Amino acid sequence: MIDWMSQFALVLLDTCRDILPIAVTIIGFQLLVIRKPVVHPKKMLIGFIYVLLGIAFFLEGLQMALFPLGTLMANQLTTPEFLGISPTEQNVAWQTYYWVYIFAASIGFATTLAEPSLLAVAMKAEQISGGTIRAWGLRLAVSFGVAFGIALGAYRIVTGTELYYFILTGYIIVIVQTLFSPKLIIGLAYDSGGVTTSTVTVPLVTALGLGLASTVPGRNPLLDGFGLIAFASLCPIMAVLGYAQIAQWLNRRSLSSKP
Amino acid sequence: MLKNAFIKQLFSSFLDLVPILAVVLVFQVLVIRQPIPDVGNLIVGTLFVVLGLTLFVQGLEQSLFPIGESMAYAFALKGSVFWLLAFAFCLGFGTTVAEPALIAVAQEAANIAAKAGIIQPGNDAINDYALGLRLTVALSVGIAISIGVLRIIRGWPLYYLIIGGYCGVIAMTPFAPPEIIGIAYDSGGVTTSTITVPLVTALGVGLATAIKGRNPMTDGFGLIAFASLTPIIFVMAYGMLI
Repeated sequence: MIDWMSQFALVLLDTCRDILPIAVTIIGFQLLVIRKPVVHPKKMLIGFIYVLLGIAFFLEGLQMALFPLGTLMANQLTTPEFLGISPTEQNVAWQTYYWVYIFAASIGFATTLAEPSLLAVAMKAEQISGGTIRAWGLRLAVSFGVAFGIALGAYRIVTGTELYYFILTGYIIVIVQTLFSPKLIIGLAYDSGGVTTSTVTVPLVTALGLGLASTVPGRNPLLDGFGLIAFASLCPIMAVLGYAQIAQWLNRRSLSSKP
Repeated sequence: MLKNAFIKQLFSSFLDLVPILAVVLVFQVLVIRQPIPDVGNLIVGTLFVVLGLTLFVQGLEQSLFPIGESMAYAFALKGSVFWLLAFAFCLGFGTTVAEPALIAVAQEAANIAAKAGIIQPGNDAINDYALGLRLTVALSVGIAISIGVLRIIRGWPLYYLIIGGYCGVIAMTPFAPPEIIGIAYDSGGVTTSTITVPLVTALGVGLATAIKGRNPMTDGFGLIAFASLTPIIFVMAYGMLI
């Protein structure tokens, strides 16, 4: 119990240290530049403490429950014994790793749904759009994007294709999509690329990438283990833009069918 | 009444976690076919995550969103572009330099650089390289948020800047050392932390609401997008220079 308490205190302290620069910036500018008293200071302070405690509990819980299991699974799924190949075999077909792709997609989808930053942006978007953009719809679209992105990234590590080609193609698709998307969604779509990968997704996905790169013959974990996060930040942009385009198209169709 | 709302939030946080639990359990039991180690820890940890998520959402609406918005209004009222940009820069720089995910990635990148022979092997050189990388990324996020805020004030269309950024990334990639490319692309995704995102989103949306002629929906978002794009360019430049 005492062991556990000290562990929690450490996590809480870490969180405080991470927040410190933000708190200093806000308080400094509030006092020196804005020079106006804060409205409801007590309520804000309590809210800030909630955020601190929330993040500390969140991280501690993840470290207790999900990270050990998730990284263990990522490692187990990429062992030669599980895949049924001999470690000396050089030419393994990419299909052999199908469980890895399925796992990558599912874990990407599930962790993105629980990502607190995405939750925050989705709440804000629903509030501003007056409910036209549903928080759940946005989160689902982003999660599908991440799932696809991480599975594709795993495939890239297995085949050893250059990261550059995929990202380049991705950028071109995003640019083309942007030209045809409703203007309202563009900012939100671009933002959703950046928010998908933080506390929950990064550690699990990194473990998967490094595990995969160290098992697949001919891959160097130092060079090929990276890039999954890049996919996870690019694909949600396409997913959200696509979601908006489909929604717009369906709207138009239902409008034109009802004269 | 308050208790009721709290329980409702607890329940919805739990729903957010169900997919992760399902994936982990299904794979562990059906695919890997191993018993789940440490069931007790799994249950307690999950409860912690649910509680943490609930508190976070509560604090978000009570504190982070209002702070970001009220500061945006105060700056808009004050009308000083310089101080607003300075604030944006500090917010971006300050939140990124201490970001744990970035610290981990920078360390990893330094190890790679040492192995690839870009820098001298040895702890001092590795630590210097990692610190330099962190400062580079933090600087780039600070600049990104400032440019993003300037864009909201001036009302430039977001996609011009983003497409310009993409072209920058594409143009730089062939010239960057191959070892750094993966890390550069990944560093774009790890810069924005759980506290930065709500604050920066509220700041952008608040500014777009306060400034006449801006629409919070079209102009308010996009700050995070810059913060995930500029690190890619800056990290590649860092790799080219060192």
